[in-house]
Amino acid sequence: NADPLITELQDWASYTGVGVDETPYGMPIEYESHVVRRNVEWLTASPISSINFTPIHALDGTITPQGCAFERHHSGAIELRKEDYRLMINGLVDKPLVFSYADIERFPRENHVYFCECAANTGMEWAGAQLNGVQFTHGMIHNMEYTGVPLRALLKEAGADISSDKWVYVEGADASSNGRSIPMEKALDDVLVAFKANGEALRMEHGYPVRLVVPGWEGNMWVKWLRRIEVVDRAVESREETSKYTDVLEDGTARKWTWVMDAKSVITSPSPQQPITHGKGPLVISGLAWSGHGQITRVDVSKDGGITWETARLGKQGDIKALTRFYVDMMWDGAPMLLQSRAMDETGYSQPTKEQLREKRGENSVYHNNCIQTWYVNAEGIAENVEVS
Amino acid sequence: AARAAELELQIADVQAAATKRAAMPASLTTTAPEPDGGFGLGRAALPEEIAAWDVDVLPDGRGLPEGTGNAFDGEEVFAQKCASCHGDFAEGVDNWPVLAGGFDTLGDKDPVKTVGSYWPHLSTVWDYVHRSMPFGEAGTLTPDETYAIVAYILYSNDLIDDEFELTHENLGTFEMYNRDGFVIDDRSDAEYTEWRADPCMENCKDTVEVTMRSVFLVETPAEGGTESTMNNATADGLPSFTAEGPSFIPAAIPKVEQEESSTDQTEATPAVQQADDGDDTSQLVVAGEKVFRKCKACHQIGEGAKNRSGPQLNAVFGRVMGSVDGFKYSDAFKAAQEEGRVWDDPAMAEFLARPKGFMKGTKMAFPGLKKEADIKAVAAYIKTFGE
Repeated sequence: NADPLITELQDWASYTGVGVDETPYGMPIEYESHVVRRNVEWLTASPISSINFTPIHALDGTITPQGCAFERHHSGAIELRKEDYRLMINGLVDKPLVFSYADIERFPRENHVYFCECAANTGMEWAGAQLNGVQFTHGMIHNMEYTGVPLRALLKEAGADISSDKWVYVEGADASSNGRSIPMEKALDDVLVAFKANGEALRMEHGYPVRLVVPGWEGNMWVKWLRRIEVVDRAVESREETSKYTDVLEDGTARKWTWVMDAKSVITSPSPQQPITHGKGPLVISGLAWSGHGQITRVDVSKDGGITWETARLGKQGDIKALTRFYVDMMWDGAPMLLQSRAMDETGYSQPTKEQLREKRGENSVYHNNCIQTWYVNAEGIAENVEVS
Repeated sequence: AARAAELELQIADVQAAATKRAAMPASLTTTAPEPDGGFGLGRAALPEEIAAWDVDVLPDGRGLPEGTGNAFDGEEVFAQKCASCHGDFAEGVDNWPVLAGGFDTLGDKDPVKTVGSYWPHLSTVWDYVHRSMPFGEAGTLTPDETYAIVAYILYSNDLIDDEFELTHENLGTFEMYNRDGFVIDDRSDAEYTEWRADPCMENCKDTVEVTMRSVFLVETPAEGGTESTMNNATADGLPSFTAEGPSFIPAAIPKVEQEESSTDQTEATPAVQQADDGDDTSQLVVAGEKVFRKCKACHQIGEGAKNRSGPQLNAVFGRVMGSVDGFKYSDAFKAAQEEGRVWDDPAMAEFLARPKGFMKGTKMAFPGLKKEADIKAVAAYIKTFGE
């Protein structure tokens, strides 16, 4: 039968559409309104000190739109005008300085794409398969193109003591005054004082007007609403670097200063929120890979729970410390699959299984779970979060 | 033949161009210039500005202001400022952090990480309480109040007796229970050496069984659209896999019907009344919603609002004070309830301006709204949830 969508004149082919003056700043078309951040209510005591998740199951490519990039704040997102913004640099410096927002924009700037991953991403999965959706198991991540000033330029401007045993303590302007200590070597390397993401001003929830970008390192260090940089002779050991963001091992001791996010990957489609709906035939398996140590050099995919692996096709050359998209293009015969992906980075590190991680760390680490994820896809194309032997 | 030769030449050109591109340095970008002597941007930070912001405390106690406090004084301050979330004995209310106990649980499943059992430095406690607490009222504690609260937390962990005087002089040398419980990141030795290896590609295992299924099937909002529906199907059987492929195909899974969004939900709680009596009111309500953020740390309002560390606020205007079911009120509010005092505009305005002035003995730690416009706005906002 002929398709009436083709044979009959449709409204949109006859009436006029929306004028250019109706939407000065656009939102996605209403048919995409399900592609939104979501939170998990029982995770935290209050949504003000909480986290939500990027809908990575519904995105492709590598850049995360700001409007659906996950948020985590410890005391709520604040509204801070550029005019009211002050950045202080003090401590072991020749000249303690105060910069206005306008001052920051007068330093030479750089552009870089980096992923930002919360240390707790996949943290709920330590004890077993828990949340049935990649948005919830892996959605504490986003990837944006940042415009900003290298932190070393500001340190230099203030005449900071940049010897290698010094630390830089960074602090936010919100009520939680999140503060983290960064060793000088990293501060001088690739840390950015950023004010734009994906070409436009940062969103309030991502630290407008200025945030820190600490490539490859856990998201908590990317201090938002950055208000102070202090050069110190030792780590401050603030709440967020002692009582939180430390990793308890099986014997009860804990690792501290676990800053780097190790190589990790996940298949975003098919996945529990993104089942196969088209039946047998051509199927695109799509996923994301990243490493805080540098470039993703290879991603392998298994369809049988890790018995055999094939090397996936990368969407494009992996950027350093940024998300890399991978694909496996296959003909699906309708047989059930246990889908897994395994990332390798430029250091030769290969993403471990959950068993390997548990052997080293036990199940109480909360943070830094970069295990291989398994989706069970049944004959109908429905996917579920499982663990396998 | 001439055409073929021409094509070959073209191909050679393309290949030459590709080779040339490949030989070029990977990046044409250069790092931002950093001239000697800097840019002369910014202005000198004044000593009083540095003093106002540079308040962090180092583990050795550097950065502490002069002051003193003990657990006896601390108990009262804690009850007033901290207990609504952390409990009278630092045991934690709802999901809020528990601050005491949990000793020797760090090696157990689900360790209890408290100030007593886990925190390695006392400076961190002082610094965090002073800078970031109470939640929703950060930066309002005096140094002495902070010393007293920290002493009370130590006391509730049995780490000091109630006569111990905590001061800027002894805080930096106080030895915490778990001070030796941390090692610096050793992943490079413990893990990377093993996992920087060529991974297995074939016959990596004999069989694979599903050992665990997802526990929490997260609900998505009804308006989520079909593509965001979480898979809440439950299969009767699961396959095991061998190198030959799946050995068991599970029974067909019944399709789970999309639940119609229930209509009685909207009637259960008062819906937001659209302010239709002019723009002034609706602007006031919008402004009030912003002001209400200051209340949100403790109070819920709207559909499904529950008591938190403060009572839920639906239809609070016209209600008898201290009368929300299931909320543990202070003695002051219990008395007001017995007297039958009612929340009206003047009472609410006075309370919001100075809670402790209006209701001496209230547990509400909030210091009050300074601006009259904010009080009006937040009252208008609260009224949209019923009167």
